[in-house]
Amino acid sequence: MSGIELRAMLELVLAGGFCGALGFWVLSERLAYGAESLSHGLLPGLVVAGLADAPLLLGAAGGAVVAAALIALAVRDPRVGTDTGTAVAVTGLVGLGALLALAPDAPQRLEELLFGDPLGVTTGDLVAAAALLAVGGAVLVALHRPLVASSFDVAGAAALGLRPALLRFALLGLLATAIAVAVQGLGALLVLAVLVAPAVAVRGHARTPATAMLAGGAVAAAAGIAGIQLSSLAGTAAGASVALVLCAAAAAGALLPRF
Amino acid sequence: MTEPAVLVDRLFAGYGGPPVLREVSFRVEPGRTVCVLGPNGGGKTTLFRALLGELQPTAGTFRLEGRPAYVAQTERTRLDFPVNALDVALMGTLVRGRWWLPSGRADRAAARGALERVGLADLAATPFGELSGGQRQRALLARALVQDARVLLLDEPLSGVDPASAALIDRVFAELRQEERTLLVSSHDVESARGFDLVLCLHGHQVAFGPPGEILDRATLEATYGRELIVLDDTAPARAVTIQHHERGHAHGQERGES
Repeated sequence: MSGIELRAMLELVLAGGFCGALGFWVLSERLAYGAESLSHGLLPGLVVAGLADAPLLLGAAGGAVVAAALIALAVRDPRVGTDTGTAVAVTGLVGLGALLALAPDAPQRLEELLFGDPLGVTTGDLVAAAALLAVGGAVLVALHRPLVASSFDVAGAAALGLRPALLRFALLGLLATAIAVAVQGLGALLVLAVLVAPAVAVRGHARTPATAMLAGGAVAAAAGIAGIQLSSLAGTAAGASVALVLCAAAAAGALLPRF
Repeated sequence: MTEPAVLVDRLFAGYGGPPVLREVSFRVEPGRTVCVLGPNGGGKTTLFRALLGELQPTAGTFRLEGRPAYVAQTERTRLDFPVNALDVALMGTLVRGRWWLPSGRADRAAARGALERVGLADLAATPFGELSGGQRQRALLARALVQDARVLLLDEPLSGVDPASAALIDRVFAELRQEERTLLVSSHDVESARGFDLVLCLHGHQVAFGPPGEILDRATLEATYGRELIVLDDTAPARAVTIQHHERGHAHGQERGES
């Protein structure tokens, strides 16, 4: 096992651990389509960062902000509809990202941005992933009881003095941050796997939201390690191998009988 | 004159289009019980959502004695969400603030006491989705009891509830009356409305408000239920049936008494 592979595993354990836990709320709040749209829509930001030789994290964050703003603008017209507006905005952003990435002087290869390169993580990426796990994890712990009450019964949560819209906004903020950090390892197309697949794998097997989050984080971390090892043994692309292991875990979890 | 527990003045509310609830004005003194009668789509839930602050009134004002507790129809809660009866009761402690901290021993004692009061102490660890309809309603009532509010809004709490649960809920209502709490209970059951201090009849607007003995006549009920009211026996006290069209697409009738 090389040092590069160990760093890749560490990146996936840290960022994947948080994304796997956050995935419980992505599924509970039905944010999977939003997560997919955001992760795909930030592609131009990644490409611009690559062209400018800036950190990809910065590009991802900027891309996420622009994508969120464009999606918000596109869904404002009630004649178009939310889903259609989002689809048009995201497709346009992916097209723009591909256009920029395929320019002759683009230094970053498009496939690395789309499918990630966990073997190329830098120390800065590892620090960002550790910060995501520590700070994002602390936010999830602090918001746990309000999130549970709001997700269970929105009207009841409002009667308890909670602000469900603000809680959802906080979740979206965590989601955008998680995508911006994890996109380095898994790319704009595959990052959704680490947000959704672990939660699908443990759904139906957890008795409490806390155990579902912990189990989701553990599945994501384990799939990250297994995916890198599979990639090393089979000589396959690292990011795609991790995404496939995550999806296999989701399928296995969904097929396992509930207890 | 004492401060009213509920004061509603020319309230209009809706969902973006034309108001679905118009011109509602009534006043309830502390410790009184009010039955809110009306057909499906008559505005009962809309009134509650406005009083909870979940829906911004399009016109008019209202004032409540403190933050109200709310017992929703169980269809509005998440049956697949991994919480048990104790977790649901514990949500009521969120009104005490300190939402960022885990539940304390006093919180758990209050939740267990509320479950005991609604006859669910033995089912505290049972997942909410595995409880019967009546037991789920009692768990939501336990959450409201923990909240310790002066005003309680209950949305059809006896709809589809087994007789044992209905008896337990009725007993808790009687205890709450003795504690001088104000109850607003939406219902389809004209016969049970006679047991309340006051009745509010809604049909998109306020049809009538007052003591049941004064307002529950045939003309008021026909104005309230329209074509959903079928009089079976016109001799006093007459019996009638209301046809209820539920969201799930089926309809059923319930026998009503009418004087």
